[in-house]
Amino acid sequence: MSTVDLPAPADPAPADPAPAIRVPHNPARAWFRLFRAELRLVFGRRRNQLLLAVTVVFPVVIGIALRVAAPHPQGGGGNGPGVAFFNQLAGNGVFLSFIALSTLLILVLPVVLAVVAGDSVAGEAGYGTLRYLLAVPAGRTRLLGVKFAAIVVFGLAATVVVAAVSLVTGAALFPVGPVTLLSGSTVPLADGLVRVLFVTLYVAGAMAALGAIGLAISTLTEHAIGAIAAIAILVVTSEVVDQVPQLAAIGPYLPTHWWLSFDSILRAPVDTSTLLKGLLSFGVYTVLFGSFAWARFTTADVTS
Amino acid sequence: MTAISSTGLTKRFRGGQLAVDHIDLAVPSGAVYGFLGPNGSGKTTTIRMLLGLAFPTSGQAELLGVPVPGGANRVLHRVGSLVEGPAFYPFLSGRDNLARYDAADRTADPRTMPDRIGQALDRVGLAAAARKRYRHYSLGMKQRLAIAASLLRPRDLIILDEPTNGLDPQGTREVRTLVRQIAADGTTVFVSSHLLAEVEQVCTHVGVMRTGRLVFQGPLAELRRTGAARVVVQTADAEGAVKVFATLGLADAQAGQDEASAVLGDAEPERVCAELVHAGIGVRGFSVAAPSLEDLFVGLTGEGFDVDG
Repeated sequence: MSTVDLPAPADPAPADPAPAIRVPHNPARAWFRLFRAELRLVFGRRRNQLLLAVTVVFPVVIGIALRVAAPHPQGGGGNGPGVAFFNQLAGNGVFLSFIALSTLLILVLPVVLAVVAGDSVAGEAGYGTLRYLLAVPAGRTRLLGVKFAAIVVFGLAATVVVAAVSLVTGAALFPVGPVTLLSGSTVPLADGLVRVLFVTLYVAGAMAALGAIGLAISTLTEHAIGAIAAIAILVVTSEVVDQVPQLAAIGPYLPTHWWLSFDSILRAPVDTSTLLKGLLSFGVYTVLFGSFAWARFTTADVTS
Repeated sequence: MTAISSTGLTKRFRGGQLAVDHIDLAVPSGAVYGFLGPNGSGKTTTIRMLLGLAFPTSGQAELLGVPVPGGANRVLHRVGSLVEGPAFYPFLSGRDNLARYDAADRTADPRTMPDRIGQALDRVGLAAAARKRYRHYSLGMKQRLAIAASLLRPRDLIILDEPTNGLDPQGTREVRTLVRQIAADGTTVFVSSHLLAEVEQVCTHVGVMRTGRLVFQGPLAELRRTGAARVVVQTADAEGAVKVFATLGLADAQAGQDEASAVLGDAEPERVCAELVHAGIGVRGFSVAAPSLEDLFVGLTGEGFDVDG
């Protein structure tokens, strides 16, 4: 006959004395936790916020400039996609998004991406935080994957922000209605907006491929600024070489060659063969340089 | 059970320089192991290899029984480390910096993170500066934050590379206290330093590096034993005392001003004293002195400021 009942042994002890070491972990959840931390680091950084802010000023400035420079509806001279867009803009504000994206794709978006991609590994190496992340251990492959994913997200964010601000600015400054495509036919506004979405995703794909190149370059140095400069120089060189008629044979293999091919989306029917070539180019560059970055990052001594 | 072991661990840099030359580490579990050696003797390179940051040219190493660098991702979450000074993001606060490292740990529980960070900061006395940006930390605060990072989880092994660099005497004392506390919890501590004085008060074991080689390893008491004890006699007749030493067969007898000394060897000090008195030497003082650890350390690593290698 017991008077005092001891707590039943089955009672689960609330605090295991040394539980932290054996916390069962879910690799996917742990991956996303590091990914969120990486996004916070990239998007929370004042410098990167400033880059995005500067980027969205461009569509507004371009829109105002075009509005002020009295638009003439009938086109003339030139045959590039940019020129075609400009002629369309007067009739429809939606086209400002295409104008802004094709203008910013030449230098501004690649440089913005270069800053984040070039800084990704080289910046950590420069701060010395790379050795502590690896000693945590973050895992080299895991860390590199998270870094690349964050670069892709940043590229997507920059592109989406440009497209969105362009649409708003375009709607404010120009008439908005059914969209007349480059091939001459007219589609409803909703259809036009879907095409804007696809153009945005295509450009984000181009930026992802550039991000893979940038990540690879970033694994080669502990000086972020060197990596950033190298990526920017690479983009400009590729664009210049692409303009040299004598080098037309290698043009399609250049990383920047297919960037502006998104005008294929603005035709009816959509020129899918050009688009697919572009996407193939982005995919090949991503795989190639992603593999290079991985091979380098998982075998190199961390000396910083 | 050894916390750290290595066999023939070697690192040759690309330039051909042999930074670490076939070292066989054996750090017993629960030990406080002082990893000593002058700057440039290969201590940090060894630590980098143990943490999987650098790949050995040849040889093997194990942490807590798990081979590294191969199994680094399986074992390093049980190991806290401070390698070659603190490194954090200058634009983040101390707390956010720790959160960043914790997020990288796939075995850490995010729900307990705020508590763990708070405790780690408390332990190094940085709780008040938790929200301050790392950029504005003093050198000593940076060093403490790095130690806090190594204490974010309960660890089986802590590796501290020059933990008192940049700390004032007060901070140095605090680190020493902290090391004692960590060791008292049963955690093995591996602490590197180029200053013997910094570790001799807390270490149970030492390993001494010189130009990439491990020239001594063992319990601290064993290192003390390697030094030959000397008898020292205070007397007006130093020359006479030396003669007595000679008849007793003591080596390296030296006469000084009112003092004579010799290596004691196997002789019994009581008998040496009796013989001196018997020979009519006026003994004012008699002692047996073991050499200081500092002397032994310098004997192993070489004198002065010349950086080896």
